[in-house]
Amino acid sequence: MKLFTYNLLSLRVGVGPHGFPLHLQATKVHINPEDFNPDSVAHMIPKVEWVAFLEVTNTLHLIKLPKGPIHGHERDEKFLRKMHILQETDVLEGILQRPRLSFNWSKLISVIQMHCAFSTS
Amino acid sequence: MVEEALPFYDKNEARKYVRNSRMIDVQTKMARRALELLYLPEDRPCYLLDIGCGSGLSGDYLSYEGHYWVGIDISPAMLDAALDREIEGDLLLGDMGQGLPFKPGSFDGCISISAVQWLCNANKTSDIPAKRLYCFFSSLYSVLVRGSRAVLQLYPENSEQLELITTQATRAGFTGGVVVDYPNSTKAKKFYLCLFSGPSTFVPKGLNGNVEEEEAGESRFTSGRIPYRIARRGVVRKSREWVLEKKERRRRQGKEVRPDTQYTGRKRKPRF
Repeated sequence: MKLFTYNLLSLRVGVGPHGFPLHLQATKVHINPEDFNPDSVAHMIPKVEWVAFLEVTNTLHLIKLPKGPIHGHERDEKFLRKMHILQETDVLEGILQRPRLSFNWSKLISVIQMHCAFSTS
Repeated sequence: MVEEALPFYDKNEARKYVRNSRMIDVQTKMARRALELLYLPEDRPCYLLDIGCGSGLSGDYLSYEGHYWVGIDISPAMLDAALDREIEGDLLLGDMGQGLPFKPGSFDGCISISAVQWLCNANKTSDIPAKRLYCFFSSLYSVLVRGSRAVLQLYPENSEQLELITTQATRAGFTGGVVVDYPNSTKAKKFYLCLFSGPSTFVPKGLNGNVEEEEAGESRFTSGRIPYRIARRGVVRKSREWVLEKKERRRRQGKEVRPDTQYTGRKRKPRF
C-alpha cells in the first residue's frame, strides 16, 4: 500500500481523537519510480497527516523532509519533489501499532481485522 | 444449518470473471464512461476511490489514465485475483456498508462498477439494506473532497430498489441524478448514479444511439434535502395531488409517463 494511502487511513475505533494516527513500523518498502507531476503532489499536501508521515519516513531513513507544509508549497518545486515520495513509496511489510496492540501490515489490508486488532477489549 | 449463497463472488466466480473477455470489455467500457462522467480536472493525476473494485478491471483503466486509486471489495477471492494481476492501486478487504476507513476529504473522486446494488442484499437477518446504504453514502460523502463527484454504475433490480438507493444518497447529503445510457436497448442500457458532494450542479446527459433525436432518458434529484416521508405527509391517497406526485416520481425514475392534462386524476364513474 502506498505511503500516502496509509497516511489517509482512519479507523473509527477508539485509537485517537480522529481514529488516527496508527504508528507504522515499516520493515519492507519498495520505491516505485513514478512520473513527477507538481500539480498532483501539490493537491496531496493539504491531506497529509504530518506527524504520522514524518514518523514513518524517519524510521525508514528516507530523505530529510520538512516539519510541515510550507507556505506557498504549490510553487516550491524542490519541496514538491521531496513530497513526491508519498506517491512512490510502497509499504510492503510492517507492523501497525498502538500501545499493547499491533497488526501485521501486508499487501492486502483487511479492514475488519484492523478493527479487531485495535478495538479495546 | 442451511448453507446460504455468499453475497459476493467466491473463488469459482472470481476465476470465471477474470477470464471472460467479454466481461473485461464491458467492465472497461463502463469504467471509461464513469471516469468521463466524473469530470476530473484534465491536467493532473488524481486520487480516486474504486468501490467494489473486484479483480481490478476498472482500476486498471484508472491507472491507464494516470490516476492513483484505492479499491475496496468484500470478496477475498476477487482481491486475490487482483493481486495476481499486479494492479497498481492499493487494495482493502472490507464491507462498504460498514463505512470507509479514511479521513474526511481524502479522495478527489469515486467510481464504482456494478457493485452498489449488492448493498441491497441483506447478509444477515439483522442487516437492513436502507441502513447499510445510508452508512455507505454518508461515509462516502465524508471521505470525498468537498465539491467532488462519485459515479456509481449499477444494475438496479427494479425501480423500487433504484429509489431506495437514491433516497439514501440524498439523505447523506449528495445531490445529482441517474444518467441512463441507451435507455431503449435492453442489452446496452446502463445506469450511472452521478452524485455531487457540493452545491447543486448540472446532471450530464445520457447517451442514446438513435438516429432521431429521442430524448435521452435521465432522472434528476431535487437539490433540496426534503426527507421523502415529510414531503409526502398530508397528501390524501387517490386525490389529484397524489396522482400528480406519483407521476412526477415515476418521471424522476426515468419511466414513460403520460403528460399531465386537465383530466389527470379526475373523478371517474363508479363502475370504472
